[in-house]
Amino acid sequence: MIHKYKLSGYNVLLDTNSGGVHIIDDLTYDMLDNVQPPFEDKCPDSIINKLSKVYDKEEIAECYNEIVSLYNDKILFAEDDYEKFALTSVASPIKAMCLHIAHDCNLRCKYCFASTGDYKEGRMLMSLETGKKAIDFLIEKSGDRKFLEVDFFGGEPTLNFEVVKQIVEYARSRESEANKKFRFTITTNGILLTDDMIEYINKEMNNVVLSIDGRKEVNDRLRVRADGSGSYDTILPKFKKLIAARGNDKDWYVRGTYTKYNLDFSNDVMHLFDQGFEQISVEPVMADPKMPYAITQADLPRIFDEYEELMKKITEVRKAGKFINFFHFMLDLDQGPCAIKRLRGCGCGNEYVAIAPNGDVYPCHQFVGIEDYKMGSLHDGSFNDELKNTFAAAHVYSKPECKKCWAKFFCSGGCNANNYIYAGDIHNAYKLSCEIQKKRLECAILMKALTMLDTAE
Amino acid sequence: MKHIKTINKANLKKSAAKGGCGKCQASCQSACKTSCTVANQKCEREA
Ligand code: SF4
Ligand code: SF4
Repeated sequence: MIHKYKLSGYNVLLDTNSGGVHIIDDLTYDMLDNVQPPFEDKCPDSIINKLSKVYDKEEIAECYNEIVSLYNDKILFAEDDYEKFALTSVASPIKAMCLHIAHDCNLRCKYCFASTGDYKEGRMLMSLETGKKAIDFLIEKSGDRKFLEVDFFGGEPTLNFEVVKQIVEYARSRESEANKKFRFTITTNGILLTDDMIEYINKEMNNVVLSIDGRKEVNDRLRVRADGSGSYDTILPKFKKLIAARGNDKDWYVRGTYTKYNLDFSNDVMHLFDQGFEQISVEPVMADPKMPYAITQADLPRIFDEYEELMKKITEVRKAGKFINFFHFMLDLDQGPCAIKRLRGCGCGNEYVAIAPNGDVYPCHQFVGIEDYKMGSLHDGSFNDELKNTFAAAHVYSKPECKKCWAKFFCSGGCNANNYIYAGDIHNAYKLSCEIQKKRLECAILMKALTMLDTAE
Repeated sequence: MKHIKTINKANLKKSAAKGGCGKCQASCQSACKTSCTVANQKCEREA
């Protein structure tokens, strides 16, 4: 399977199954509409005749030979023979967990998928006892995995920060005896961050995710307090302080959401960069299409243009010798994860689970509160292995759209939760997010290809 | 080559042969969390 596209004056060709990326001229671009394996020893006359209206005959023959040679090298029209690996990581150990430490929030962000923090289940904080059981559960289910990831999530985790600290302490106390190493992440809206919390987070959390949408007017339109007031002026200085004090050995990023209200979101990315945040994630809102802020099909052309705009802005920043990392343009074309990992993306419900404040286990944070997807409970020790197997089997070959999609080894089958919520089944691709994903990938592949060309030359 | 410039040393095939150890990070693909493309992750296989 191949995918070719024109972007910013370049013709890009991706060979899906090998991961080969090529920059091609117009002739190759047009020829690829006319040829596919099996190939002949030399360019068939029918193709020469067809293309010679525009191109030189000798060049056409030459180009054909180049295509054939890449095919023989197996980096063009490579075969799709990964399906047999789709079963290899079935019944994997669980290695990552999202702890819903607080189903409560001090903001009322209008687009919140967690229904402003309580997941429609009522406001509730996780107890230390439940947190400890969660750590025990993860250790027990993690088999031979040494590195275990725990993400403190909410609602807003700082509303239950003492318990966060005690859970970390408990997990650390079990590390050596269980031969595990915990990596903690916390996601926060910043409102309650104190100097003590910042110090603690910078010491104990391997990663911290700071929620902010970008420009003040954009952030404050949707990220509001219960009284309707915006959060920007409170959080910005705190985030700056946290980053300034954070060691280089630890990860962090700011993450925002764009909606129909700021389809010019490249300005928000740049705003965050100008404020000193160079690790940036800004993502489309996923919401009921009836909501006024929801992104719909009609917005796609505008969004595609905006990603191109963003690509230009980021390229300029880098040309000026500065560092910026926009998460969704990050791509490794040489040393990425193995093909097997790429079949199954997030691993939710299989390698990754979420724990609700009451100790219920779900496939991931977005399934929390959806009764049909409850996997068990820490308190009665129940765990539905059958449901775990269902998720283990949700790979790109069991998702009909993904199977034939050129982006499958980059996207890995999208988000199961969004598929379920917006397309009715974890196996049905959610088209809107696919379109956005594919556009981002096209930009990311070109940007990476151009940098690699630059370094090579 | 004149018409085609190959950018990377494509390696998905090779990676499949020795891959699948499962040591790499979990990676949420959804907008509400990181939504990193998987393709950007590091392989953590110990050689
Ligand atoms: S989720 Fe969509 S973009 Fe991703 S692999 Fe499946 S069909 Fe392709
Ligand atoms: S199902 Fe979606 S939200 Fe859940 S972990 Fe996977 S990508 Fe993330």
